[in-house]
Amino acid sequence: MKKVFTTFGFWKIVAVVLLTAGLYSTYVRFFEGLGASTNLSDQFPWGIWIGFDVLCGVGLAAGGFTLAAIVYIFNIKRFEPIIRPTILTAFLGYVLVVVGLMFDLGRPLQIWHAIIMWNPRSVMFEVAWCVMLYNTVLALEFAPVILEKFKLTRTIKIIKRISIPLIILGVLLSTLHQSSLGSLYLIVPEKMYPLWYSAYMPLFFYVSAIAAGCAMIIFESFLSSRAFKRGLEIHLLQDIARVCVVMLGVYATMKFVDLSDRKILPLLLEPRFETYMYWLEAIVGVIVPFILLAQAKVRSNPTGLFVSAIMVVCGFIMNRMNVAITGMEGWSGVGYFPSLTEFSITMMIVTIGFIAFYFIAKYFPVFTHEEHHEKEVAHAAVAWKRDIESVSQMVEVNN
Amino acid sequence: MSTKKALLIDLTLCVGCNACQAACKEVNKLPGDEEKTLSPTAYTALDEYDGVFVRRMCQHCDDPTCASVCPVGAFTKTAEGPVVYDVDKCIGCRYCMQACPFQVPRYEWSSTYPRVQKCVMCHERLAQGLPTACSEACPTGATKFGDRDELIKEAYERMNAEPGKYVPKIYGEHEVGGTSVLYLSSVPFENLGFHTQLQTTPLPQLTWNALSKIPGIVSVGGVMLFGIWWITNRREEVKKFEQRMNDRQQNNGSEN
Ligand code: SF4
Ligand code: SF4
Repeated sequence: MKKVFTTFGFWKIVAVVLLTAGLYSTYVRFFEGLGASTNLSDQFPWGIWIGFDVLCGVGLAAGGFTLAAIVYIFNIKRFEPIIRPTILTAFLGYVLVVVGLMFDLGRPLQIWHAIIMWNPRSVMFEVAWCVMLYNTVLALEFAPVILEKFKLTRTIKIIKRISIPLIILGVLLSTLHQSSLGSLYLIVPEKMYPLWYSAYMPLFFYVSAIAAGCAMIIFESFLSSRAFKRGLEIHLLQDIARVCVVMLGVYATMKFVDLSDRKILPLLLEPRFETYMYWLEAIVGVIVPFILLAQAKVRSNPTGLFVSAIMVVCGFIMNRMNVAITGMEGWSGVGYFPSLTEFSITMMIVTIGFIAFYFIAKYFPVFTHEEHHEKEVAHAAVAWKRDIESVSQMVEVNN
Repeated sequence: MSTKKALLIDLTLCVGCNACQAACKEVNKLPGDEEKTLSPTAYTALDEYDGVFVRRMCQHCDDPTCASVCPVGAFTKTAEGPVVYDVDKCIGCRYCMQACPFQVPRYEWSSTYPRVQKCVMCHERLAQGLPTACSEACPTGATKFGDRDELIKEAYERMNAEPGKYVPKIYGEHEVGGTSVLYLSSVPFENLGFHTQLQTTPLPQLTWNALSKIPGIVSVGGVMLFGIWWITNRREEVKKFEQRMNDRQQNNGSEN
């Protein structure tokens, strides 16, 4: 008991330190400008806030749409017990991406311009819209948890009634902008190192996000099983791990085919910084976890599962940082390493995420799997089918 | 297309007097003395490579990457040639800087309300029928203002008149689909810090290849997901229905 208490105390101290440092950095950022707070430059205009806060934030939230599709579209209902925490993670992830953007944008108060000033040729424009819409979808998907607490059953019913189209919309939006984050970099063919640049970046981003999203589901289930002293849904997580393995396999194959198609496999052996970083990312994030998770005995072992999931997440982060930073350094001709201010703001945002998850999970029915929830979705499903049938009857009558 | 204006910069004529930058600073009310590199207060600057001066500035691309990537459309390519920037739209995402193939746009990093800064090819003067300030100030004619088509013709004439003097290339004629700033040089461009590996089709095409697939993904994806849901859900309903029938039969059986 005492040990639990002290470890908890330790994390509290860490959180307070990170938040204080972050607040100070926030002050520097907004009152002294980007020049004073970051190591960004005209040659290197995007740094860790884009590479980590945005690219990784969105990618790691991919568990949300993956699991929603599994449970509601493919109707594999046994995964329902972990859907709420996963949606919560995704929702927090996306909200924090927007927070991160507010730090990165030079004119954050103008962020709403994207709503009324359109440029459909811009990938950034598409990403902005997808993030806005998907944030709304996630808020609606998660709303029943909050409403349940306050017993607002009528509002819940309304939301549940539209749950299927909502979930389909969520899956589509996620597909679009997970891949669009890769498309963001299509415009820099000369600038990015060829091990990362590819016309297929949108596809790579999409597939790797699903793998990382699965790993995040596992990772977060472990953390919450410890924090809230609840059982671990190991049988469910094993199956999520299978999805992860398949995605890693698909990713590795695509990556190999792409490199060999472009005849740059020899670059994998060239002794230079980019090569080492590439191998690090591939070994930690893809090859080793693939070998581990492909074995049933690792998947059924909590430690094995947890370690592999962490590796996938780390590899994923390395990949995004390599695309955003390592891959761009060579051409730009300058080095970039984030400043302390940049680091501390990123750490603050991550800390806020953990704290928000903890408190929401503590005070709202995130982990209580309620029977009637399932029933209501089924209800909505029947209602939907009735609608479709009546429409098709109408069509028949008209004919 | 003959209304499209351009600048022809003949590096063999440049003497490095910096008159272009001085005139530029005056017209655009930019502070500070002579600067050796592009900056938020220098839309143009002279680079020196072994006695060869290279005037750097925005290329005013025909299909500008900066304009295509900007989420709020702050950049516009005007019909006369200049690529102009509207600070009132800009949200400061710096995608334009990330994407520009010539690394041109600069940022006011020290400001808390920063702008993107780059040459706008004196678009206000052009609208009044005047040439750019730099070309007017250039004492040797190294920077010449005119119609793009004619400047290209003239550049070929100069190259043909003195074969061997120039490298046989107009930088900017085809780079990323063509630009409104054209260079002639006697030294290979790659030795002067020019990016010579650029593709000849406009970069925005690369993005468009991906973006144009969106409607397809949305419609096909939407129908497919809906279909999967419909099938899986029906299977479940059938199962429930059979269950109910079974139960009923059993009940009937036990009653009798
Ligand atoms: S050179 Fe760069 S900033 Fe100038 S028009 Fe082309 S893409 Fe835009
Ligand atoms: S920094 Fe401004 S001008 Fe440049 S892409 Fe972003 S919004 Fe557009």
